[in-house]
Amino acid sequence: MSRRNIQAERLHLWRGERHVLAGIDLVVGAGEMLQVTGANGSGKTSLLRCLCGLMHLEDGRVLWQGSDVREDLPAFHAQMVYLGHEPPLKPDLTARENLHYWVGIRQHLSPAAVTAALKRVGAGTWAEQPVRTLSAGQKRRVALAGVILCGAPLWLLDEPATNLDAEGQNLVGSLIDEQLSSGGLVIAAVHQDLPVMSAAPRRLELAGT
Amino acid sequence: MNTSALAAARLILARDLRLALRKRGQFVQPLAFFAIVTTLFPLSISPELARLREIASGVLWVAALLASLLALEFLFRDDAHDGTLEQYALSGQSLTWLVFAKTSAHWLLTGMPLALMAPLAGISLGVPYAALPGIILPIALGTLVLSLIGAISAALTLGVRRSGVLLTLLTLPLAMPVLIFGAQATDLAIRGASFAAPLYLLSAMAVLGVTLAPLAAAAAVRMSLE
Repeated sequence: MSRRNIQAERLHLWRGERHVLAGIDLVVGAGEMLQVTGANGSGKTSLLRCLCGLMHLEDGRVLWQGSDVREDLPAFHAQMVYLGHEPPLKPDLTARENLHYWVGIRQHLSPAAVTAALKRVGAGTWAEQPVRTLSAGQKRRVALAGVILCGAPLWLLDEPATNLDAEGQNLVGSLIDEQLSSGGLVIAAVHQDLPVMSAAPRRLELAGT
Repeated sequence: MNTSALAAARLILARDLRLALRKRGQFVQPLAFFAIVTTLFPLSISPELARLREIASGVLWVAALLASLLALEFLFRDDAHDGTLEQYALSGQSLTWLVFAKTSAHWLLTGMPLALMAPLAGISLGVPYAALPGIILPIALGTLVLSLIGAISAALTLGVRRSGVLLTLLTLPLAMPVLIFGAQATDLAIRGASFAAPLYLLSAMAVLGVTLAPLAAAAAVRMSLE
Protein backbone atom coordinates (compact mmCIF):
# COMPACT_ATOMS: atom_id res chain seq x y z
CA MET A 1 0.00 0.00 0.00
CA SER A 2 1.39 3.37 -0.99
CA ARG A 3 1.78 5.95 1.74
CA ARG A 4 -1.35 7.98 1.46
CA ASN A 5 -1.39 11.45 2.79
CA ILE A 6 -3.18 14.72 2.37
CA GLN A 7 -1.45 17.97 2.99
CA ALA A 8 -2.65 21.54 2.94
CA GLU A 9 -0.35 24.52 2.71
CA ARG A 10 -1.22 28.10 3.66
CA LEU A 11 -4.93 27.89 2.85
CA HIS A 12 -6.50 31.33 2.54
CA LEU A 13 -10.18 31.90 1.90
CA TRP A 14 -12.12 35.13 1.94
CA ARG A 15 -15.89 35.32 2.02
CA GLY A 16 -16.72 38.94 1.25
CA GLU A 17 -15.03 40.96 3.98
CA ARG A 18 -14.33 37.97 6.19
CA HIS A 19 -11.00 36.20 6.19
CA VAL A 20 -12.45 32.76 6.92
CA LEU A 21 -9.32 30.66 6.56
CA ALA A 22 -6.16 32.53 7.39
CA GLY A 23 -3.20 30.40 6.42
CA ILE A 24 -4.21 26.91 7.52
CA ASP A 25 -1.56 24.19 7.31
CA LEU A 26 -2.27 20.55 7.92
CA VAL A 27 -0.88 17.09 7.22
CA VAL A 28 -2.79 13.85 7.70
CA GLY A 29 -1.22 10.50 6.93
CA ALA A 30 -2.50 6.95 6.51
CA GLY A 31 -4.34 5.69 9.58
CA GLU A 32 -4.63 9.17 11.07
CA MET A 33 -7.59 11.25 11.99
CA LEU A 34 -7.86 15.00 12.31
CA GLN A 35 -10.72 16.58 14.23
CA VAL A 36 -11.46 20.13 13.18
CA THR A 37 -13.08 22.08 15.98
CA GLY A 38 -14.11 25.66 16.49
CA ALA A 39 -17.11 27.84 17.23
CA ASN A 40 -20.06 28.10 14.84
CA GLY A 41 -19.04 30.07 11.79
CA SER A 42 -15.33 29.57 12.37
CA GLY A 43 -14.94 27.98 8.95
CA LYS A 44 -15.00 24.24 9.63
CA THR A 45 -17.31 23.50 6.72
CA SER A 46 -15.42 25.94 4.49
CA LEU A 47 -12.17 24.16 5.28
CA LEU A 48 -13.63 20.76 4.32
CA ARG A 49 -15.11 22.18 1.12
CA CYS A 50 -11.78 23.77 0.23
CA LEU A 51 -9.99 20.48 0.79
CA CYS A 52 -12.28 18.64 -1.60
CA GLY A 53 -12.06 21.36 -4.23
CA LEU A 54 -15.66 22.60 -4.09
CA MET A 55 -14.52 26.05 -3.02
CA HIS A 56 -11.93 28.11 -4.74
CA LEU A 57 -8.94 29.06 -2.63
CA GLU A 58 -7.46 32.56 -2.82
CA ASP A 59 -4.07 31.20 -1.89
CA GLY A 60 -2.43 27.96 -0.85
CA ARG A 61 -2.76 24.46 -2.20
CA VAL A 62 -3.96 21.01 -1.28
CA LEU A 63 -1.71 18.04 -1.97
CA TRP A 64 -2.81 14.40 -2.23
CA GLN A 65 0.09 11.93 -2.23
CA GLY A 66 2.36 14.89 -2.87
CA SER A 67 0.74 16.32 -6.00
CA ASP A 68 -1.59 19.30 -6.26
CA VAL A 69 -5.19 18.05 -6.40
CA ARG A 70 -6.17 20.73 -8.91
CA GLU A 71 -4.02 19.02 -11.51
CA ASP A 72 -6.45 16.12 -11.67
CA LEU A 73 -9.58 16.76 -9.62
CA PRO A 74 -11.63 13.76 -10.90
CA ALA A 75 -8.81 11.36 -9.93
CA PHE A 76 -8.65 12.94 -6.48
CA HIS A 77 -12.44 12.81 -6.09
CA ALA A 78 -12.42 9.09 -6.86
CA GLN A 79 -10.15 8.69 -3.82
CA MET A 80 -12.32 10.62 -1.36
CA VAL A 81 -15.84 10.91 -0.07
CA TYR A 82 -17.34 14.07 1.37
CA LEU A 83 -20.40 14.05 3.59
CA GLY A 84 -21.93 17.46 4.24
CA HIS A 85 -24.28 18.21 7.10
CA GLU A 86 -27.32 17.45 4.92
CA PRO A 87 -27.41 13.77 3.91
CA PRO A 88 -27.59 13.74 0.07
CA LEU A 89 -30.77 11.67 -0.08
CA LYS A 90 -33.94 11.94 -2.15
CA PRO A 91 -37.06 11.96 0.04
CA ASP A 92 -39.10 10.00 -2.51
CA LEU A 93 -36.69 7.09 -2.89
CA THR A 94 -36.07 4.36 -0.35
CA ALA A 95 -32.77 4.15 1.52
CA ARG A 96 -31.67 1.29 -0.68
CA GLU A 97 -32.54 3.10 -3.92
CA ASN A 98 -30.79 6.23 -2.71
CA LEU A 99 -27.57 4.33 -2.12
CA HIS A 100 -27.91 2.55 -5.44
CA TYR A 101 -28.09 5.81 -7.39
CA TRP A 102 -25.75 7.90 -5.24
CA VAL A 103 -22.84 5.49 -4.86
CA GLY A 104 -23.59 3.67 -8.13
CA ILE A 105 -22.44 6.72 -10.07
CA ARG A 106 -18.99 6.24 -8.58
CA GLN A 107 -18.60 2.47 -8.73
CA HIS A 108 -20.37 -0.80 -9.39
CA LEU A 109 -22.50 -1.91 -6.47
CA SER A 110 -23.92 -5.34 -5.83
CA PRO A 111 -27.24 -5.52 -3.98
CA ALA A 112 -25.48 -7.68 -1.38
CA ALA A 113 -22.96 -4.92 -0.68
CA VAL A 114 -25.79 -2.42 -0.16
CA THR A 115 -27.55 -4.85 2.20
CA ALA A 116 -24.34 -5.37 4.16
CA ALA A 117 -23.70 -1.64 4.48
CA LEU A 118 -27.27 -0.98 5.59
CA LYS A 119 -26.97 -3.74 8.17
CA ARG A 120 -23.67 -2.31 9.40
CA VAL A 121 -25.33 1.02 10.21
CA GLY A 122 -28.18 -0.73 11.99
CA ALA A 123 -30.89 -0.24 9.38
CA GLY A 124 -33.92 -2.40 9.92
CA THR A 125 -37.00 -2.80 7.76
CA TRP A 126 -37.09 0.98 7.36
CA ALA A 127 -34.41 0.66 4.68
CA GLU A 128 -37.22 -0.14 2.25
CA GLN A 129 -39.30 2.90 3.14
CA PRO A 130 -39.16 6.26 1.38
CA VAL A 131 -36.53 8.41 3.06
CA ARG A 132 -39.22 11.07 3.56
CA THR A 133 -40.68 8.92 6.34
CA LEU A 134 -37.38 8.44 8.21
CA SER A 135 -36.13 10.37 11.22
CA ALA A 136 -33.10 12.66 10.99
CA GLY A 137 -30.97 10.07 12.78
CA GLN A 138 -32.04 7.29 10.43
CA LYS A 139 -31.18 9.49 7.43
CA ARG A 140 -27.76 10.12 8.93
CA ARG A 141 -27.26 6.35 9.22
CA VAL A 142 -28.16 5.88 5.56
CA ALA A 143 -25.65 8.59 4.65
CA LEU A 144 -22.99 6.77 6.68
CA ALA A 145 -23.82 3.56 4.80
CA GLY A 146 -23.11 5.53 1.62
CA VAL A 147 -19.75 6.62 2.96
CA ILE A 148 -18.79 3.00 3.70
CA LEU A 149 -19.94 1.86 0.26
CA CYS A 150 -17.81 4.47 -1.50
CA GLY A 151 -14.80 2.62 -0.08
CA ALA A 152 -12.59 5.69 -0.54
CA PRO A 153 -9.32 6.06 1.39
CA LEU A 154 -10.06 9.66 2.41
CA TRP A 155 -13.16 10.61 4.37
CA LEU A 156 -14.14 14.25 4.82
CA LEU A 157 -17.02 14.33 7.27
CA ASP A 158 -18.94 17.39 8.38
CA GLU A 159 -20.52 16.79 11.79
CA PRO A 160 -20.91 13.04 11.16
CA ALA A 161 -22.62 12.37 14.49
CA THR A 162 -25.36 15.02 14.48
CA ASN A 163 -28.86 13.72 15.18
CA LEU A 164 -27.52 10.35 16.31
CA ASP A 165 -28.33 8.66 19.62
CA ALA A 166 -25.62 7.35 21.95
CA GLU A 167 -25.46 4.04 20.09
CA GLY A 168 -25.22 5.91 16.79
CA GLN A 169 -22.32 7.98 18.10
CA ASN A 170 -20.49 4.76 18.94
CA LEU A 171 -21.29 3.50 15.46
CA VAL A 172 -19.59 6.55 13.93
CA GLY A 173 -16.62 5.94 16.21
CA SER A 174 -16.27 2.30 15.22
CA LEU A 175 -16.71 3.05 11.52
CA ILE A 176 -13.89 5.57 11.75
CA ASP A 177 -11.77 3.04 13.67
CA GLU A 178 -12.24 0.50 10.88
CA GLN A 179 -11.38 3.10 8.27
CA LEU A 180 -8.21 4.11 10.14
CA SER A 181 -7.05 0.55 10.78
CA SER A 182 -7.34 -0.21 7.07
CA GLY A 183 -4.97 2.66 6.33
CA GLY A 184 -7.61 5.27 5.58
CA LEU A 185 -7.59 8.95 6.48
CA VAL A 186 -10.37 10.85 8.21
CA ILE A 187 -10.84 14.58 8.58
CA ALA A 188 -13.98 15.46 10.50
CA ALA A 189 -15.49 18.74 11.58
CA VAL A 190 -16.92 18.16 15.05
CA HIS A 191 -18.37 19.92 18.06
CA GLN A 192 -17.76 17.10 20.51
CA ASP A 193 -15.04 14.50 20.40
CA LEU A 194 -16.10 11.39 18.54
CA PRO A 195 -15.79 8.11 20.47
CA VAL A 196 -12.81 6.88 18.46
CA MET A 197 -10.73 4.11 20.04
CA SER A 198 -7.60 4.07 17.92
CA ALA A 199 -4.70 6.47 18.38
CA ALA A 200 -5.87 9.74 19.85
CA PRO A 201 -7.11 11.91 17.01
CA ARG A 202 -5.21 15.09 16.38
CA ARG A 203 -7.04 18.34 16.66
CA LEU A 204 -7.13 21.53 14.66
CA GLU A 205 -8.80 24.46 16.36
CA LEU A 206 -10.13 27.14 14.04
CA ALA A 207 -10.10 30.53 15.68
CA GLY A 208 -12.62 32.21 13.43
CA THR A 209 -12.79 35.94 12.94
CA MET B 1 -14.57 -1.13 -10.05
CA ASN B 2 -15.40 2.37 -11.22
CA THR B 3 -18.64 3.05 -13.02
CA SER B 4 -18.24 3.91 -16.71
CA ALA B 5 -19.53 7.25 -17.92
CA LEU B 6 -22.31 5.51 -19.83
CA ALA B 7 -23.45 3.52 -16.81
CA ALA B 8 -23.44 6.69 -14.70
CA ALA B 9 -25.64 8.46 -17.24
CA ARG B 10 -27.99 5.47 -17.28
CA LEU B 11 -28.25 5.63 -13.49
CA ILE B 12 -29.14 9.32 -13.59
CA LEU B 13 -31.77 8.70 -16.26
CA ALA B 14 -33.24 5.79 -14.32
CA ARG B 15 -33.24 7.78 -11.11
CA ASP B 16 -34.98 10.81 -12.59
CA LEU B 17 -37.60 8.71 -14.35
CA ARG B 18 -38.32 6.85 -11.13
CA LEU B 19 -38.55 10.09 -9.15
CA ALA B 20 -40.92 11.50 -11.77
CA LEU B 21 -43.16 8.47 -11.38
CA ARG B 22 -43.32 9.02 -7.63
CA LYS B 23 -43.94 12.76 -7.92
CA ARG B 24 -46.23 12.89 -10.91
CA GLY B 25 -47.67 16.32 -10.17
CA GLN B 26 -44.49 18.14 -11.03
CA PHE B 27 -44.34 16.69 -14.51
CA VAL B 28 -48.03 16.67 -15.29
CA GLN B 29 -48.22 20.40 -14.59
CA PRO B 30 -46.54 21.64 -17.82
CA LEU B 31 -48.57 19.15 -19.86
CA ALA B 32 -51.80 20.29 -18.26
CA PHE B 33 -50.81 23.89 -18.92
CA PHE B 34 -50.21 23.08 -22.58
CA ALA B 35 -53.55 21.30 -22.89
CA ILE B 36 -55.44 24.16 -21.22
CA VAL B 37 -53.89 26.93 -23.34
CA THR B 38 -54.44 25.14 -26.63
CA THR B 39 -58.06 24.28 -25.86
CA LEU B 40 -58.90 27.81 -24.71
CA PHE B 41 -58.16 29.29 -28.13
CA PRO B 42 -61.04 27.66 -30.01
CA LEU B 43 -63.34 28.78 -27.19
CA SER B 44 -62.18 32.37 -27.26
CA ILE B 45 -61.67 32.98 -30.98
CA SER B 46 -64.05 30.91 -33.05
CA PRO B 47 -64.88 27.26 -33.49
CA GLU B 48 -64.44 27.70 -37.24
CA LEU B 49 -61.65 25.30 -38.26
CA ALA B 50 -60.47 27.42 -41.19
CA ARG B 51 -59.73 30.35 -38.88
CA LEU B 52 -58.15 28.16 -36.21
CA ARG B 53 -55.88 26.53 -38.79
CA GLU B 54 -54.48 29.99 -39.57
CA ILE B 55 -53.23 30.51 -36.03
CA ALA B 56 -52.60 26.86 -35.07
CA SER B 57 -48.81 26.89 -35.44
CA GLY B 58 -48.45 30.05 -33.34
CA VAL B 59 -50.73 28.74 -30.60
CA LEU B 60 -48.98 25.37 -30.43
CA TRP B 61 -45.52 26.90 -30.29
CA VAL B 62 -46.20 29.61 -27.76
CA ALA B 63 -47.94 27.10 -25.52
CA ALA B 64 -45.09 24.58 -25.90
CA LEU B 65 -42.48 27.27 -25.18
CA LEU B 66 -44.24 28.48 -22.04
CA ALA B 67 -44.91 24.94 -20.85
CA SER B 68 -41.26 23.97 -21.11
CA LEU B 69 -40.21 27.18 -19.36
CA LEU B 70 -42.56 26.20 -16.56
CA ALA B 71 -40.80 22.87 -16.18
CA LEU B 72 -37.28 24.32 -16.19
CA GLU B 73 -37.40 25.38 -12.57
CA PHE B 74 -37.39 21.76 -11.46
CA LEU B 75 -34.35 20.79 -13.52
CA PHE B 76 -31.66 21.27 -10.84
CA ARG B 77 -33.52 22.76 -7.91
CA ASP B 78 -34.21 19.66 -5.83
CA ASP B 79 -30.77 18.21 -6.49
CA ALA B 80 -29.14 21.46 -5.40
CA HIS B 81 -31.14 21.56 -2.17
CA ASP B 82 -30.41 18.07 -0.93
CA GLY B 83 -26.72 18.04 -1.86
CA THR B 84 -27.04 15.61 -4.76
CA LEU B 85 -25.37 18.07 -7.15
CA GLU B 86 -22.47 18.34 -4.71
CA GLN B 87 -22.07 14.58 -4.80
CA TYR B 88 -22.19 14.66 -8.61
CA ALA B 89 -19.39 17.24 -8.63
CA LEU B 90 -17.34 15.04 -6.28
CA SER B 91 -18.10 11.71 -7.95
CA GLY B 92 -14.94 11.60 -10.04
CA GLN B 93 -17.11 11.57 -13.18
CA SER B 94 -17.19 14.44 -15.63
CA LEU B 95 -19.75 16.93 -14.33
CA THR B 96 -20.42 18.06 -17.92
CA TRP B 97 -21.47 14.55 -18.83
CA LEU B 98 -23.65 14.13 -15.74
CA VAL B 99 -25.35 17.47 -16.43
CA PHE B 100 -25.98 16.34 -19.99
CA ALA B 101 -27.58 13.12 -18.69
CA LYS B 102 -29.72 15.11 -16.32
CA THR B 103 -30.83 17.49 -19.08
CA SER B 104 -31.68 14.55 -21.34
CA ALA B 105 -33.80 13.05 -18.59
CA HIS B 106 -35.53 16.39 -18.24
CA TRP B 107 -36.30 16.50 -21.97
CA LEU B 108 -37.62 12.92 -21.88
CA LEU B 109 -39.98 13.95 -19.09
CA THR B 110 -41.17 17.29 -20.48
CA GLY B 111 -40.27 17.91 -24.13
CA MET B 112 -41.08 14.44 -25.42
CA PRO B 113 -44.52 14.23 -23.82
CA LEU B 114 -45.24 17.72 -25.18
CA ALA B 115 -44.24 16.63 -28.68
CA LEU B 116 -46.48 13.57 -28.38
CA MET B 117 -49.39 15.60 -27.06
CA ALA B 118 -49.12 18.41 -29.56
CA PRO B 119 -50.71 16.48 -32.50
CA LEU B 120 -53.89 16.01 -30.43
CA ALA B 121 -54.01 19.72 -29.76
CA GLY B 122 -53.24 20.30 -33.44
CA ILE B 123 -56.18 18.20 -34.57
CA SER B 124 -58.50 20.16 -32.33
CA LEU B 125 -57.20 23.31 -34.01
CA GLY B 126 -58.05 21.99 -37.47
CA VAL B 127 -54.61 20.84 -38.56
CA PRO B 128 -54.87 18.25 -41.36
CA TYR B 129 -53.58 14.76 -40.50
CA ALA B 130 -50.94 14.96 -43.20
CA ALA B 131 -49.34 17.89 -41.37
CA LEU B 132 -48.93 16.09 -38.01
CA PRO B 133 -45.27 15.10 -38.57
CA GLY B 134 -44.72 18.84 -39.07
CA ILE B 135 -45.85 19.28 -35.47
CA ILE B 136 -44.16 16.34 -33.76
CA LEU B 137 -40.66 16.64 -35.23
CA PRO B 138 -40.13 20.40 -34.83
CA ILE B 139 -41.59 20.43 -31.31
CA ALA B 140 -39.44 17.45 -30.26
CA LEU B 141 -36.30 19.17 -31.57
CA GLY B 142 -37.34 22.60 -30.34
CA THR B 143 -38.02 21.44 -26.78
CA LEU B 144 -34.65 19.66 -26.76
CA VAL B 145 -32.94 22.96 -27.59
CA LEU B 146 -35.07 24.70 -24.95
CA SER B 147 -34.07 22.13 -22.32
CA LEU B 148 -30.40 22.62 -23.19
CA ILE B 149 -30.54 26.42 -23.17
CA GLY B 150 -32.68 26.27 -20.07
CA ALA B 151 -30.14 24.08 -18.29
CA ILE B 152 -27.66 26.96 -18.47
CA SER B 153 -30.09 29.49 -17.03
CA ALA B 154 -31.42 27.03 -14.46
CA ALA B 155 -27.86 26.38 -13.27
CA LEU B 156 -27.02 30.09 -13.23
CA THR B 157 -30.03 30.94 -11.08
CA LEU B 158 -29.47 28.14 -8.55
CA GLY B 159 -28.22 30.52 -5.89
CA VAL B 160 -31.19 32.84 -6.30
CA ARG B 161 -34.26 32.53 -4.11
CA ARG B 162 -37.55 32.59 -6.05
CA SER B 163 -35.63 32.16 -9.26
CA GLY B 164 -38.70 31.61 -11.47
CA VAL B 165 -38.97 35.11 -12.97
CA LEU B 166 -35.24 35.54 -13.48
CA LEU B 167 -35.04 32.13 -15.08
CA THR B 168 -37.75 33.06 -17.58
CA LEU B 169 -36.11 36.42 -18.36
CA LEU B 170 -32.76 34.76 -18.97
CA THR B 171 -34.11 31.99 -21.15
CA LEU B 172 -36.71 33.79 -23.27
CA PRO B 173 -34.39 35.88 -25.49
CA LEU B 174 -32.25 32.83 -26.21
CA ALA B 175 -35.35 30.80 -27.01
CA MET B 176 -36.59 33.20 -29.69
CA PRO B 177 -34.81 31.55 -32.65
CA VAL B 178 -36.38 28.24 -31.65
CA LEU B 179 -39.83 29.82 -31.57
CA ILE B 180 -39.37 31.57 -34.93
CA PHE B 181 -38.07 28.59 -36.89
CA GLY B 182 -40.23 26.08 -35.07
CA ALA B 183 -43.45 27.97 -35.73
CA GLN B 184 -42.37 28.47 -39.33
CA ALA B 185 -41.81 24.73 -39.78
CA THR B 186 -45.23 23.88 -38.39
CA ASP B 187 -46.89 26.61 -40.43
CA LEU B 188 -45.31 25.34 -43.65
CA ALA B 189 -46.46 21.82 -42.82
CA ILE B 190 -50.03 23.00 -42.23
CA ARG B 191 -50.00 24.76 -45.63
CA GLY B 192 -48.86 21.51 -47.21
CA ALA B 193 -45.39 22.78 -48.12
CA SER B 194 -42.04 21.20 -47.29
CA PHE B 195 -40.82 22.16 -43.82
CA ALA B 196 -37.33 20.75 -44.29
CA ALA B 197 -35.48 24.09 -44.24
CA PRO B 198 -36.55 25.32 -40.79
CA LEU B 199 -36.23 21.75 -39.50
CA TYR B 200 -32.58 21.71 -40.58
CA LEU B 201 -32.02 24.97 -38.75
CA LEU B 202 -33.62 23.53 -35.60
CA SER B 203 -31.40 20.44 -35.93
CA ALA B 204 -28.34 22.67 -36.24
CA MET B 205 -29.37 24.48 -33.06
CA ALA B 206 -29.86 21.13 -31.31
CA VAL B 207 -26.37 19.97 -32.35
CA LEU B 208 -24.86 23.23 -31.14
CA GLY B 209 -26.83 22.94 -27.90
CA VAL B 210 -25.82 19.33 -27.25
CA THR B 211 -22.14 20.18 -27.73
CA LEU B 212 -21.90 23.47 -25.85
CA ALA B 213 -24.77 23.84 -23.38
CA PRO B 214 -23.69 21.06 -20.97
CA LEU B 215 -20.23 22.63 -20.68
CA ALA B 216 -21.71 26.00 -19.75
CA ALA B 217 -24.32 24.49 -17.43
CA ALA B 218 -21.71 22.37 -15.62
CA ALA B 219 -19.53 25.46 -15.10
CA ALA B 220 -22.54 27.30 -13.69
CA VAL B 221 -23.38 24.37 -11.39
CA ARG B 222 -19.82 24.37 -10.09
CA MET B 223 -20.08 28.09 -9.37
CA SER B 224 -23.32 27.61 -7.46
CA LEU B 225 -21.64 25.05 -5.18
CA GLU B 226 -18.99 27.51 -3.94
